[in-house]
Order: sequence, then C-alpha cells, then structure tokens
Amino acid sequence: MSETMIENINLSKQEEEQREKPSLEDRPIVICARDIVKSFGERLILKGISVNVHHGEVLVVIGPSGCGKSTLLRCLNGLEPIDSGEIELDGELLTKPGTNWNLVRQKIGMVFQNYELFPHLNVMDNILLGPIKVQKRKKTEAKQKASAWLERVGLLDRADSYPRELSGGQKQRVAIVRALTMAPEVMLFDEVTASLDPEMVREVLDVMLSLASQGLTMVIVTHEMGFAKAVADKIIFMDEGHIVENAPPDVFFNNPETSRAKKFLNMFEFKGIKKV
Amino acid sequence: MARLMEGLWITVWISMLSVGLSVLFGIPFGLLMAAKTRVVAKLMRIYLEFIRVMPILVMLFLFYYSLSRVFGINLSAYFVSVLVFTIWGAAEMADLVRASVTSLPAHQWESGRALGLSSLQVSLFIIVPQAIRRLLPGVINLTTRMIKTTPFVFFINIPDLMKVGQQIVEVAGMRNHLASVWVYGFIFFIYFIICYPISLFSRYLEGRWQ
Repeated sequence: MSETMIENINLSKQEEEQREKPSLEDRPIVICARDIVKSFGERLILKGISVNVHHGEVLVVIGPSGCGKSTLLRCLNGLEPIDSGEIELDGELLTKPGTNWNLVRQKIGMVFQNYELFPHLNVMDNILLGPIKVQKRKKTEAKQKASAWLERVGLLDRADSYPRELSGGQKQRVAIVRALTMAPEVMLFDEVTASLDPEMVREVLDVMLSLASQGLTMVIVTHEMGFAKAVADKIIFMDEGHIVENAPPDVFFNNPETSRAKKFLNMFEFKGIKKV
Repeated sequence: MARLMEGLWITVWISMLSVGLSVLFGIPFGLLMAAKTRVVAKLMRIYLEFIRVMPILVMLFLFYYSLSRVFGINLSAYFVSVLVFTIWGAAEMADLVRASVTSLPAHQWESGRALGLSSLQVSLFIIVPQAIRRLLPGVINLTTRMIKTTPFVFFINIPDLMKVGQQIVEVAGMRNHLASVWVYGFIFFIYFIICYPISLFSRYLEGRWQ
C-alpha cells in the first residue's frame, strides 16, 4: 500500500470519527462551576458565575480588563479560594473541605500571562519538575513525553537552554509543554500572548490551535479576537463579574445580543480617517 | 614571621566565626523582615538602620570599655569583637536575605502551585535554590568587608595581624627605619591574598547564575 493511500484511509477514518462525535453538549462535563462568587476585600469580582466545560470543548472567555476573566480561571484550579458556589471536576465536588488541590492541579494545567519558567532550571528540568516530583513518574518515561511535546512545538533543540536564553514566545511554548507533560484533562490559558511581541504571538497561538484540533479540553482567556473566533467552540463574554453572553463564536461575533458585547467588539474595529 | 601568622590566624578566626554567626542569625532575621507583619518588619528595619549608622569602632569601645564601667561586666576582648561583628553582620545579612526573598516574583510561587507542587515542594525546589543564588554574592561580599574591618580589634588590644605588625615595627624600627614599609606592605599583601580570591569567586558566581 502506498503512503498516500494510508493517508487517505487515515483521513477518512478521521472524518468518520468527526461524524460520529456526539455534539459538544452531549459529551461528559469536565468542569462544572455553579454560582461562583469571589471578592477581594470589599471589591466583588465574580458575582455568581456558572459555566460548564465539556470534554474536548474549547471555551474562550473574553471581556474588558478587570471583568474577572483571569480571576475565574484562577478560581477553577483553586489558586484563589472562592467565597461561595461550587466547582466540580469530573462530577466530583472540589469546593468542600479536604480537597487535595495539589492532585486537582495535576488534572487542570494552567499557563499564565507572564512567562513563569523557573529561571534556575533549564528547559527540560522545568518540564520534568512536575512529572517527577509531583507525579513520581520515571525520569526516562517523563523525558520521552517531554521530548515528544518539545518536538511538536519546535523546541527540541532548546531542551538544554536556560529560560533567559529564550525569546518570550519560546518561553510561553515551553510553559505550555510543561503543563501538557503532566497529562492534564483540561488546560487553562490566562492571556498567554498578552505580554508577547506581536511577531511572537502567532507561534504561541498556532500551538494552541493545533492542541484544539486534537481535541484537548481548553479554557482560554484572550484578547486576540481573530484567534478566539477561529479556535472557540463557545464564547463567554464577561463584564463586571457577570457572564453577559454565552454563544457559539459565529453567533457572538456576527450578532451579539447585548449592547455591552457590541460596544466591546467595536473597540477592536477602527474607522477609516482618509480625507478624500 | 611566625608571630605574624599567629596574628593572621586571629584575624581569620574572628572573621570566620562572625560571618558564620551572622549567617545563622541573619537568615531568620531576614525572613522576619520579609514577613507580612508590618510591626515586625518595621522593628527589624530600625535595628538594621541603627547598626548601619553606628561606626564599628564605637560599638567595640562601647561594649569593651563602657559596659564594664556601667554594669561591672568584664567581657573578654575576643568575645566583644565577635559579638560586635555578629551584631553588624547579622543586620547586613538580614537585609540581604530580605532582598533576595522579596525580589522573587510572586508568579514563581504561583506557577509552582499550578503544577501541583505542595508549598513545601515549591519552597524546596523553586524558592530556596533561587534565593541562595541571589544571596551568595552578597554573602561573599560581606565576608570580605568583615575581614577588612577586623583590624579595628587592634584598638581593644587583640593581637591580630595589625597589632603584631605594629609590635614588630616598633622593635625592628630601631635598627631598620624601613621596617614599617616592609611589615605593613607585607600585611597589605596578606589581606589582598585573602580577599581577592573571595571577591573573584563572587564575581564568578554572579556571572554563572545571574
């Protein structure tokens, strides 16, 4: 059998799988958040947020700065304790005393805005810290996985480099690999391209797109509207601590229901000022 | 020559003991300064500023001569010198520890937690290694400064390198009026031999660890 034929068969197999895939709403819920309330001191940040993340779904959260998007992500993996409400992971209630958040965080990977690699470790050791120290995996096995991921994001040759020798985009890709090597069920991305130079944004978004196409469950907070439109299965628009809209991307971007969403989307468009 | 070596030995052990004790006390003090409690941090700040503006020589005299007058305690000169250098060193050390801990960005802590590391693991694998790296050049620097400051013990009659040198010059100066040049020159050279490698080492570490 020639290679092209194999490819064809693989392709048709993929198509079949696509067709057989149950719609997102029918798939099992990975993260379920109900009525999350969170305040910092006097300031109420999240005013009752409820959201479901289905298996294989890419949920994109957008909204003006300070609307609570990042706080929501940080609440989901317990980095911020919530005031009231419930969070479930795979049907198991997390917001109860006695939850081992360290265990939960192995299943919910997170990448932050500021590249937070550990500067005293090289790329490979940064990635291996979690799998070896937390998950107690064998070094050879974890290293193999890490190398495979690094190769996929095009950074295998930088495995021995230190973070200071990498560009912002490269650091962010390593941070993504570091979270992925823990084999999480869900990945949270908190404005991962916000502090990157424009020419490096693309390389990071491409990695995320390819993960999405592979069916990884992701919750993404971003200001890149074009990317949001391309990657999202569902858009959540937040403003002042509330979820204002929850819609598929084509609906949200073409026909936003609320005036607040319209106003927000308008900020990303510019009127021409050509004086003819 | 043999007497000079004895003097050198005194210089070295006073400095080393003081540095050791300073590190021992400075680390908890520094952690206190980095602590969130305002009052404690403030108190530590006052201690540090007070020690910094106080000349070492004045402190040595105060402890050696004045305390015995007022309280009738007679402290040995060696004890006083180590005590004073430790009070000073611990304050400086505390400030170094504070700086190295607070300069670590909060994300380091957070991203460790996000990987599922426990607080202890984050401290052990992420915070402490980085804090030590930031600390070491400062500690080494402090060591050389202490070694350079030890000749002050001369004034409370400890036969350190300088004192011995002076005695030799006094005796030999009768016969050879250039003796002071040779002896003090030699002492200068000894201090250089001790301190320069230490300062080179510090620069090497800084270059390596950034």
